[in-house]
Amino acid sequence: MIQVEGISKTFLVAKRPPGLKHAVKSLFHREYTKVEALQDISFHIPKGEIVGYIGPNGAGKSTTIKVMSGILVPDRGSCTIMGHTPWKDRVAYVKNIGVVFGQRSQLWWDVPVIDSFELLRDIYRIPQGEYSSMLTLLTDTLDLGSLLHMPVRQLSLGQRMRCEIAASLLHSPDILFLDEPTIGLDAVSKIAVRNFIKTINREKGVTVILTTHDMNDIEALANRILLIGKGTLLYDGSVQGLRGRFSTKRTITADYRENTVPLQLPGASILSWTPDRAVISVDTEQLMMAEVLTQLSSQVELLDVAIDTQPIEDIIVQMYKEYQL
Amino acid sequence: MNLYWKYMLMLFKSQMQYRTSFFFLAIGQCLTPFTVFAGIYFLFDKFGQLQGWSFYEVALCFAVTHIAFTITECFARGFDSFSSLIVTGDFDRLLVRPRGTVVQVLGSKFEFARFGRLILSGVVLAWAVSHIGIDWTMLKAIALLLMIASGVVIFTGIFILAAAISFWTVQGLEIVNIFTDGGREMTQYPLDIYAKQVRQFFTFIIPFACFNYFPLLYILGRTEQAFYAFIPLAGFLFLIPCLLMWRIGVRHYRSTGS
Repeated sequence: MIQVEGISKTFLVAKRPPGLKHAVKSLFHREYTKVEALQDISFHIPKGEIVGYIGPNGAGKSTTIKVMSGILVPDRGSCTIMGHTPWKDRVAYVKNIGVVFGQRSQLWWDVPVIDSFELLRDIYRIPQGEYSSMLTLLTDTLDLGSLLHMPVRQLSLGQRMRCEIAASLLHSPDILFLDEPTIGLDAVSKIAVRNFIKTINREKGVTVILTTHDMNDIEALANRILLIGKGTLLYDGSVQGLRGRFSTKRTITADYRENTVPLQLPGASILSWTPDRAVISVDTEQLMMAEVLTQLSSQVELLDVAIDTQPIEDIIVQMYKEYQL
Repeated sequence: MNLYWKYMLMLFKSQMQYRTSFFFLAIGQCLTPFTVFAGIYFLFDKFGQLQGWSFYEVALCFAVTHIAFTITECFARGFDSFSSLIVTGDFDRLLVRPRGTVVQVLGSKFEFARFGRLILSGVVLAWAVSHIGIDWTMLKAIALLLMIASGVVIFTGIFILAAAISFWTVQGLEIVNIFTDGGREMTQYPLDIYAKQVRQFFTFIIPFACFNYFPLLYILGRTEQAFYAFIPLAGFLFLIPCLLMWRIGVRHYRSTGS
């Protein structure tokens, strides 16, 4: 459904050293530095997938979204989305997509939400019948009933975000771009927004591409991650794959009936040990988890075992370090 | 066009959320040109006439210019304050909607409180017309309407041009106000009081003369040539280069993203 091949984009950014002298100087003469915002980015996304697009600030996430939503024209490369090149036939193409910029509103601030929805209906030329049924669906799944007649400025951030997402879905787009949809939301609202994205993906088959800094979003939603850093695509695959690739270490916390004989576990390292509890680190590439557990149970009488995998957040931090982002 | 009215209705509803503020703003707007007009009045009170133009003739010129400018400010405000759409990045939002950019920018803002000015300018127009004793014909009435329409188109063109420039400069350029506010100040007097170069500039480069000076000559009976009544139509052509510039600006924006 989405084919991106070798997209590159370079920006010229005015360079200005600090200080008043340079500020004045830059009025007349400016030096530019080339910033490679995107370098040879390629990926394919099939219909109905939820893809998490992650990377540190300034990595090129928004630039990619802008290219895919037809706002920005890349220097090189091709992009075909549902048979359109986004930046060529903008008007025909954007009917098929919905875009939510988490930090910017598309609703009219002073009027009730329903008024904004009706104007969007006219902008997108949605037939009345389709509009009504979509509105009912969205109102039910997003629990918007009580919000529709409130002015946008009186909504909480979480309520507003739900209305924003609903607004971008009124014209039944096939693809939904979400740029940081959970930014600034409290835990309850985040979960509500995530559930809604899941529902809409499942029931309407909407392909979702979301950028976020919240790894819980990714874990809750995305079956696939694209990791971008310094304009290049660093990883494209599943969340589990990322875990497997970057962290093969597991931490085992074992509680057992008191035993004063220290544990002997060749291949694993014991992080801490007391007569009734041990914390063990195992590299699953070196040693099978089953073997460790067999060994453990042969030496002590196990009461409880907890195996922790590294949280995805730590993995990302580790990856950023590894790639020096 | 239909969409444009929908946008307008929406912003009108928004505006009505702040009714008191709107009310005072409208009164304030009414008073601004009043002071300017008072200035003209006292000028004539002292000097009697201006290069053969009587007070009421200048008042007519003033009224037409102000009506055209006010209508433009009210309805093309989106272009006038366009640089804020660039600064906040809201222009991206317009680009992901399946409509032309011009109608969306036009629809992004209306300044309804300017109607206050329109009322004052309308009063001046009526007052001037009733004192001059024009021999009204159908053609003269058409000429008057064309003057206002053409003025609106020309001022809108300048707003679009100014907005297009902000694709490169990001912030709006004050220099453009020479042609918007400056143009309004200039054209509230008949153009023949200025030097020849100024007149040529405002006839052929920015066709202010087309919407007010030439047709005014016809309405006031200073010329018998009927085609002067239709010169305002030439002012409509000014919109073409402005829209062209706008397209170039949008293309530039989409290749630099800033």
